[in-house]
Formats: sequence, C-alpha cells, structure tokens
Amino acid sequence: MQASASAASLTPPAKSPRSLFFRRFGKEKIAIFGLTIIILFSLLALLAPVLAPYDPLYQNISDSLSPPSAAHWLGADKLGRDILSRLLYGARISLATGLSVVALASVTGTLVGAFAGYAGKWWDEGLMRITDIFFAFPSLILAMAIAGALGPSLRNALIAVAVVTWPIYARLARGQVLVLRRRDFVEAAHAVGAGHGLILRRHLFPNMLSPLLVQASFDMGTTILSVAGLSFIGFGAQPPTPEWGVMISEGRNYITTHWWLTFFPAIATLLSVAGFNLVGDGLRDVLDPRLRR
Amino acid sequence: MTRFIIRRLGGLIFVLFGVSILTFFLAQVVPVDPAASALGSNAREEQIEAYRRKMGLDQPAVVQYANYISRLVRGDFGVSIRTRRPVIDDLRDFLPATIELTLAAMLVTVTLGLPLGILAALRRNTWLDGAARLLALAGGAMPIFYIGLVLLGIFYRQLQWLPGPGRLDSTLQPPAHISGLYVLDSLLTGNWNALRNAAAHLVLPAVTLGAYSTAVLLRMTRASMLEMLGQDYVRTARAKGLAESAVIGLHVFKNALPPILTIVGILFGSLLSGAVLTETIFNWPGIGRYATTSVTTLDYPAVMGVTLVAAVIYPIMNTLVDIGYSVIDPRVRAE
Repeated sequence: MQASASAASLTPPAKSPRSLFFRRFGKEKIAIFGLTIIILFSLLALLAPVLAPYDPLYQNISDSLSPPSAAHWLGADKLGRDILSRLLYGARISLATGLSVVALASVTGTLVGAFAGYAGKWWDEGLMRITDIFFAFPSLILAMAIAGALGPSLRNALIAVAVVTWPIYARLARGQVLVLRRRDFVEAAHAVGAGHGLILRRHLFPNMLSPLLVQASFDMGTTILSVAGLSFIGFGAQPPTPEWGVMISEGRNYITTHWWLTFFPAIATLLSVAGFNLVGDGLRDVLDPRLRR
Repeated sequence: MTRFIIRRLGGLIFVLFGVSILTFFLAQVVPVDPAASALGSNAREEQIEAYRRKMGLDQPAVVQYANYISRLVRGDFGVSIRTRRPVIDDLRDFLPATIELTLAAMLVTVTLGLPLGILAALRRNTWLDGAARLLALAGGAMPIFYIGLVLLGIFYRQLQWLPGPGRLDSTLQPPAHISGLYVLDSLLTGNWNALRNAAAHLVLPAVTLGAYSTAVLLRMTRASMLEMLGQDYVRTARAKGLAESAVIGLHVFKNALPPILTIVGILFGSLLSGAVLTETIFNWPGIGRYATTSVTTLDYPAVMGVTLVAAVIYPIMNTLVDIGYSVIDPRVRAE
C-alpha cells in the first residue's frame, strides 16, 4: 500500500484528479469516520419531522424532568418536552446555521481576497488592512456587540458570526491568487488574450478551492460552537427554540441532578463538531501534498 | 530589524484606527438614543436636547467620530449608562480579573498541551498517542460552557473540593491592590489566606477556559514534532551516535519550537473570546462578563470601550509574537 501511494505521487496520475482524490480520501479512515458522523447527522436533521416521536415544543408537565425511558428515549426537560425530538430539530438548526455562515463568509471572503490578490497595488494593501481590522476583534465579543446592536436572534447571530469568519477566506484566497497568477498556465492564458473575468473564473478559482474547502470544513465546526455559545448566553436562538446551546442553558441548573437535560445536547454538539474537524483534517492531508506523509 | 518593528507598529496603529471606526459604527447602529438613555427615564425633552447639544450628538457622524477619537486619545471612554461611572474606571477594575484568568488558563494550556503533544509524537501510534489525540479532538469540539457547568457541578456542588463562582470567598477581603491580580497581590503582601483562596477559585475557570487551547496546542506540538522527527538531519544525528535525549532535545524540539510559540501567542489572544463564556458561568468579574451585561443592557459607551480594549489586545499580542519570532528566526524578517 505504501509503495503504490508513493508510486502514484511520482508518476503522472493516469486517472482523473477527481478519482485520485476520492481514492486518497477513502484511505483516510478517521476522516471517513468523521464523514459518516456528518452524513448521519444530516439524515437525522432532514428526517427530523418523520423521526421525532414528539413535537419539539410540546409540553407535558407530568413528564417534567423524567429520566430516559421507553416513552422518552433521552428523557424530558423541565417543561416535559421530549429531549430526543428537540435534539433532532436542533440538528437542523445547527447544520443550517453552519452551512449558511460558511457559505456567506467563504463567498464574501473569497471574492474580496481574490480581487485584492488579482488587482494588486493599493487595492491589495487597502483590502488586506481591512481584514486585519476584523481579525483584531475577539470573535465572540464582536459577534455579541453585533447581535446586541441588531437585537438577539438566531438570524443576527448568524450575521455576527459570518462577519468575524469571512476575513480568513480573504487571506487564503489572496495568498492562492498571488501564487497562481505567476504560474505558466495563467500567463499563457493572458498571452492568448483571455480577459480578467475568464482567467479568474476558469483558471484561478478552480485551483484555489482546496485550502478553502479545508477551511470551510473546520469553520462548520467552529460556527456550530460559536452559535451555540451565543445562544447559551442569550444572544442567539431564543427559547423555546430547540437549539443545542439553548437546551444546555435551560438545563444548566439541573446538571448534577438531571444530567440528561444537558448531556445529550452537549454530546450532539461534540460529535457534529468533531465530525467536521476530522473531515477537515482528512481533506488537508489529501489536498495538501506538502503535509502528505 | 528596526525597520521590521517599525513596519509592524505602523500596521498596528492602522488596525487600531480601523477598530475605532468599527466600534463607533456599531454604536451608531444600536436602536437606542444615547442621550435619552444617559439621562434616564425621568429626563424631560429639553434636558435631552441640551445634553445632545453638549455632547455633540446633534453633529454629523464624521464630527462625532472626530470628537470620539479626540476623547479616546485623552483616555476618556465616556460614562457607562448602567454603572454611571467612567468606562475607563470600570475597565480598570474588570481587566485584571480577565488577565489573571487568562494567564492561569495559559498555564494549564502549556503544562498540559506541550508535554502531552511531545509524548504523543515520540510514542506515535501507541495507546498513549491515541489517548492524546482523542483528548485533543474532544477538547476542540466540546462546548466550553458545558465543560464549565460540569466541572462546577462535580467539584463544587457534589464533591465540594473546590470553591464555586467568583474570585474569592465573600468572607475574605481582597488583597491590597497592587496589580489587581489577586494571586500575585496576595503573594506580594504575604496574605496567605487570600492566596490560597484566590488560587483555589482560579482552578475550575482556568481549566474550563484552557480546555480548547490545550487541545489546539497538543495537536500543533504533536504535528510540529512529527514533522521534525522525519527530517534528514535527525537521522544524521542518530547515525553519528548522538544520545536519543540529545537528538530530541537539541535537534527535534528546538526546531519544532517556532510554530509552537506562534500558536501559543495566537491562543493567548484568542482566550479572550472564550473568557466571555467562562466568566459568565463562573460569575467571574472580568471584561467578558462586563461585555455581556453591557450588551444586554444596551449600555453602548461600555460596549464600545470593552470592544476597543479587547480588539487592541489581540493585535498587540500578535505584534509582540511577530517581533519575538523575528528575533529567534531571522528568516521571518525578510518576508
């Protein structure tokens, strides 16, 4: 196995880069494990309305704080709401917030960074100094100030987290463009008269995807944690939304007496974040040849 | 060398300038009339109008920003609506608590993350390596507010081994104010009771805050050590018969150190973000909790002050790390 891997990197790939990527990624056992977690969570989130035994907001005071049982697999909270159902609907919120923040931040950041790197000179200097400013803020404090200014809600928490996330993409994209624009195939495209738009679209963007993809995977995890944190202190999703951070916050006074209120949402967060981090590790190992061992 | 430092400091000033624009902009967006909230709910319309004129709040935004900057330069951060005190005084009270907590968390990070990362690399693919990597994975993915709640639940409420929220038992007087760091101040004044108590109060919040950065440092140390272990000069050192301890200490660790130091610097700056959550859980009177209460009560002079201070710490740390780095590693200066 070792021999075939090194042979593959020495001889030009016989197969398409895509199939080569899947073959390499398939060998990253831990990353596959992470991917399995993500797929599982996505399925649970998608099928939440079908799978959830109860309405996530349905209160049944006689079940208040009941431990895990046949009726409530993961127990019930103070208001007698089914924790499993809330967890399943919470998965929708967490995955959707992660996706929208990463989409918003990566598109904005990549456009800004690619433009800065491509335009060069004052544009580059100016735009990169602006990203420095956003980098300076401790993310949670800026996110809090934004969420406070716009009013606490899940949507505003998303905007806040996106505002502190985009600069990293700008830096990555700029760095990639700076390297790529000196490469022969870009110079050649220039020489045959390709326009700026075409060069960016056809030659630069596809080639700078790898590091952005790795970053996006890590940011899915970071975003889920940040939004849960913001919700926990009251600046994100509001009760009774079945968001994982809200659930932990609601159960905080029962942590030693009724552990299931907080334990399951915490484990759900842990697993989903770990899943994205493992996939990020795997992608980086596969896509960044310098780190491949 | 000097040119490098000057360039970095120039960049720093620009960032601080931008940060002040951003905080100013944030305060403009808030759906709160600063004059009305500063005077309280009993103020009459003409009083509010007079205050607005006095503070220049009737001027265009650009003029207001210029006034804001000129006040900032003189150390005037405005007056908190909630505490009715100058924001700068509030910050002076709250900042040392955060610094103490951050330093303690950094101590946890370095004493746990560094040795575990080195051990994991040296014992690669053993159970020890597996355990360390699992710890790093969990530490990086667990919500830190849950860690804090669990630690409080177990060690304070159940076992009662450690004290609960706050910096000091309410029966104790804080040590004489020198630095504002209770542990240091009680040490300097020989106040052993306060020292024991303050240190005990620090343990749980420091572990909570340090959990994430410990995970990151462990991973980075392991990766950096592994990369160096695979280098040719390490094989050469072994081949020429150098003792293994010398190979690891002189060749591997020394070369693995620069990226580790960078991460330590970055983590130090980023601990502030985590401090918001940790301070909320442990009722720790630092600037994280000050920020939370200020945002909740829409106390925008306080929010602007605290965001500004928080945003200043990170680039200053970064600049210091960069300068320190350029001293250790001359290659950096050329970039």
